[in-house]
Amino acid sequence: MSVRWNRKDLLGLRELSAEEINFILETADAFKQVGTREIKKVPALRGKTLINFFVEPSTRTRTSFELAAFRLSADVINISASTSSLTKGETLKDTARNLEALHADILVLRHSSAGAPQFLAQRLKSSVINAGDGAHEHPTQGLLDIYTIREKRGKIAGLNVAIVGDILFSRVARSNIFGLTKLGAKVTLVGPSTLVPREFEKLGVTVSHQIDNVLPEADVVNLLRIQHERQRKEYFPGIGEYTTLFGLTKERAKLLKPDCLVMHPGPINRGVEIDSEVADGLQSVILDQVTNGLAVRMAVLYLCGGIAT
Amino acid sequence: MRATIIKNGRVIDPANKRDEVVDLAIVDGKIAKSAPKDAEVIDARGLIVAPGLIDVHVHLREPGFGHKETIASGARAAAAGGFTTIVCMPNTSPAADNPATIAWIKDRAAETACVNVLPTGAISKNIAGEELASIGSLGKAGVVAITDDGHCVQNHELMRRAVEYARMVGLPVLDHCQDYSLVGNGVVNEGYWSILLGLPGWPAAGEEAIVARNILLAELCDHQIHCQHISAAGSVRLIREARNRGVKISGEVCPHHIALTDEAIQNFDTNYKMNPPLRARADVDAILEGIADGTLSILCSDHAPHAEFEKEVEFDQAPFGIVGLETELGLFIDLLVHKHNKIDIARLIEMYTTEPAQLLKLDAGTLSVGAPADVTLIGPDLEWTVRMDKFESASRNSPFDGWKLKGRAVRTIVGGKTVWELS
Repeated sequence: MSVRWNRKDLLGLRELSAEEINFILETADAFKQVGTREIKKVPALRGKTLINFFVEPSTRTRTSFELAAFRLSADVINISASTSSLTKGETLKDTARNLEALHADILVLRHSSAGAPQFLAQRLKSSVINAGDGAHEHPTQGLLDIYTIREKRGKIAGLNVAIVGDILFSRVARSNIFGLTKLGAKVTLVGPSTLVPREFEKLGVTVSHQIDNVLPEADVVNLLRIQHERQRKEYFPGIGEYTTLFGLTKERAKLLKPDCLVMHPGPINRGVEIDSEVADGLQSVILDQVTNGLAVRMAVLYLCGGIAT
Repeated sequence: MRATIIKNGRVIDPANKRDEVVDLAIVDGKIAKSAPKDAEVIDARGLIVAPGLIDVHVHLREPGFGHKETIASGARAAAAGGFTTIVCMPNTSPAADNPATIAWIKDRAAETACVNVLPTGAISKNIAGEELASIGSLGKAGVVAITDDGHCVQNHELMRRAVEYARMVGLPVLDHCQDYSLVGNGVVNEGYWSILLGLPGWPAAGEEAIVARNILLAELCDHQIHCQHISAAGSVRLIREARNRGVKISGEVCPHHIALTDEAIQNFDTNYKMNPPLRARADVDAILEGIADGTLSILCSDHAPHAEFEKEVEFDQAPFGIVGLETELGLFIDLLVHKHNKIDIARLIEMYTTEPAQLLKLDAGTLSVGAPADVTLIGPDLEWTVRMDKFESASRNSPFDGWKLKGRAVRTIVGGKTVWELS
């Protein structure tokens, strides 16, 4: 294994150096080729067992990890919250130790509690890959966003990246903030003051509540899914007002530079944070993100899985 | 006749405004003018001889949670920390909201505890914040105060009536200050670290709002309300202003709120999860100033034992609180007297003796002749290392394992009898 990588776990982008992030991206370049071959499979993790342990529901990320593991020839098991013993009152630690006792090499964890992957990584010999923990981090999403920007624009440093939406509760936003700022991008967070508190500026980003001032300067606009379920009712008045103030409507999209990328981690709410015409437009790279996610996750599993032995 | 003489120590007895190197006599469990010649001799050269220390805020967990702590083990932890009297909170199971549970706690303490255990009763039935508990009967059963600690009565009208009623029966009201609507599901201080880590924030305003409420009610009802475990700068400011106007309001401090800031949570270690949460540096500085100028007048632990399996979980799902009885005196002497030089050791002893005795109207915290011979010997400059594996407490949830501290208790005497001695 390369001296450029010595971590058994991928817990977040905050703890990675710019060199480590770049190394993952370079490794992903090689794996992206695999997806275009007739036989989309390499033996890199043959004989290794990967457990997709999704305590919080997810289809997109779980499927992407599953496919990435298949393409690396790992054996894969999926466990969700409803099928695990957590519903019988077993603690996360006990469940994970049982999985390790089955000689799982890699545990991919999705959990509603911030810090749950750290908690397991400190207690298990297996690799722990964070597939999203509460509002904390979603490092492979951050990496695939960065990978997509780098692929389309050839660089990260110096780019103006706007992240729009529910930043306060977003693990995608945090991983993007940590990764992009390390690589020299200028990040602006946009959204209502309740969901984008000024405190975020201490993370080295700019905060704006005026999307029309931000769009003309942006090289990338990353829109986050906005929800107005029960726990968000106190944070903004409603979807209609959100769209009026912050939605990337067809009209607003005219403010964008022609080469500005439009991104979204999905699943998208058409007509809420983004209009259909923009989501499906020429500037949209939303489906490239999905494709790149596979390559990035293969790289992460390959690198961490190689260390854990 | 059983007699002891403590020789050559520096006797600090704030109740009698005494601070001198003098011998202290104990006869038949009481402080005496002099001791017979054949009295047992304790050499206290180089040590401070203080009235037995009082901790007004501990959780002994019995009845209901004996796997975390028992009255017996909690009392041993108290003795090992230099405490001769501890005041236990009512959030047990069943809650201490009725005279029968108070009687059970007192019986259990009489049978098993090596220090004085004084129960508090709940403000509301089942600590649910909806109806008044039988406060008068609790008073007759011997509680020293009422509190819903761990919870906070949200309904201001109910709290107002509780304070008025408590005034009638002569019980002070202790309050855990937390506005539920502002705090929501917050688990850590709202600020830089909650933003960075994506953990739900517990804003300082959630404490300050209830401190302000309590000041208004203390004025309205002309009765003592004591704000427990103050953590926020704004609370200190509010209490200072109110005390300057003569309002019957007071506040206490736990060592973790001055020893640590919320930076400590960054590895998601649940031994840094407490309620109220660790706060920012500016809050710590404000609390230190509040101690220095007398705004915050009582020191305590909020001793909150939890079993390892309960704390070894996801951060937001772990219970709040840490054990504190065996580290608090060391931390406070080290930080307040030695490191930050905010108060001298005599004031620190006051904050652990006369101040709590006055708040709760206790026959304790004094070395007056005839008083119960509860005495703590303190080595103010003794250097030691916290060893969690040596704790007398049944639980191990402390963030201070391995800390090197200066100052600690070396012997604890309850009713003339040594109940713990440093080995």
